[in-house]
Amino acid sequence: MDTQQQLQQAFSDALGIPPEKITDGLTYNTIPEWDSTAHMVLIAELENVFDVMLDTDDIIDMSSVAQAKLILQKYDVSFA
Amino acid sequence: MAETQTSLQQLEALSDMPVYGIAQADKERLLGQLLVSLHAHHQQQCNAYRQLHAEPLSLVAGLSELPYVAVRLFKLLDLKSVKDENVLKCLSSSGTTGQVPARIYLDAMTSRWQSKILVKILQQFLGKQRLPMLIIDCPASHMSGAALNARSAGIQGLAMFGRHHTYALNADMSPNWDAIDAFCQKYQHEPVLVFGFTFMIWQYFVKSLRQQGRTIRLPHGHLFHSGGWKKLQSESVDNATFRQNVEAVTGIARVTNFYGMAEQVGTVFMECEQGYLHAPSTADVIIRDCYDLHEQATGEQGLIQVLSALPFSYPGFSILTEDLGTLHGTDDCACGRKGKYFSVQGRLPKVELRGCSDTAAAAL
Repeated sequence: MDTQQQLQQAFSDALGIPPEKITDGLTYNTIPEWDSTAHMVLIAELENVFDVMLDTDDIIDMSSVAQAKLILQKYDVSFA
Repeated sequence: MAETQTSLQQLEALSDMPVYGIAQADKERLLGQLLVSLHAHHQQQCNAYRQLHAEPLSLVAGLSELPYVAVRLFKLLDLKSVKDENVLKCLSSSGTTGQVPARIYLDAMTSRWQSKILVKILQQFLGKQRLPMLIIDCPASHMSGAALNARSAGIQGLAMFGRHHTYALNADMSPNWDAIDAFCQKYQHEPVLVFGFTFMIWQYFVKSLRQQGRTIRLPHGHLFHSGGWKKLQSESVDNATFRQNVEAVTGIARVTNFYGMAEQVGTVFMECEQGYLHAPSTADVIIRDCYDLHEQATGEQGLIQVLSALPFSYPGFSILTEDLGTLHGTDDCACGRKGKYFSVQGRLPKVELRGCSDTAAAAL
């Protein structure tokens, strides 16, 4: 699995929606599955999958899948 | 809509300034401009608000000229400044059986600002890192009714600062020793975050530990708590007693109280090293006489009016609470934070029980 697939799988597992629905444009609080509770589950999942420690600014800034990629890149996770 | 954009831009600017670095004279101007725009925004978006406060507004003397909404109106009226289809969630404040809960309507934007500002304020005390977190409550899945809503919202805000979230209580509010022991064993040598509502920490944690003759060791822990002292006052437990007992049974010496309410989530007034509550850059307090509501001087007790720059989806930027407080000074707290600092003495007598921890008390 490449990092893009890992990211999609992590979002899919945390939010409980199919991986194919995880697109860059998917945005926090626009679907019922990605609410504030699921957001913390997502953060924990991304930390596990990519072995990073996200801080509170990252949690606030992670408002979309595209943003998640940008944030993970700060921690040396690269997306092709 | 112009007013909405204006207030948003003003909020952006204000949120970039130091949380506790704005002198009161500057805050009166900056926060004042913002709240005047918010007033116009709510006049346009909320019929009930326009009926309450139809007058246009310009502040001459300062923030004390802002109109306010009595906190119980959020129970009596559906105060909403967004279209129904844009309501993300409705937060109901704590209210026990027979009491009507307040209804606070949140849209995505207001909700986002609440999280953003809460994080900014708490970062002043915790830094940006997240810590292993022990929550002195039962998991949200075990809560029911209005308690779920207000309590879980409070927990969720703080949970952003935690990792490996561990709930210390079972559904029946008894200590979950397996969870507590495992947490303490794993993290006793490192900084941890502990959070709970004041009364629940006292009733279900401190007292339980004492009754069972047990202690835990979290010497690097930092406890944050909120939710009201009313029930503890009847047991003559003040802040100092609370701290001493917490330290005696947990080893936690760093204890920080804060004042906030479901009607203004995201806006919290944190206790400083001197024991005073401080208004952050995006909020303020005004103390008013209980009888004629004129602004009280420093040192005089009165009703607390809370101002917050965050409520866009409901007209709650200026609320007259039923809490009693005293302003202790402005810009000159020994802790170095600018702006107003105050203390809360409790609830106005003959007011229904409310507050996250007090409703649990009523269920006893």
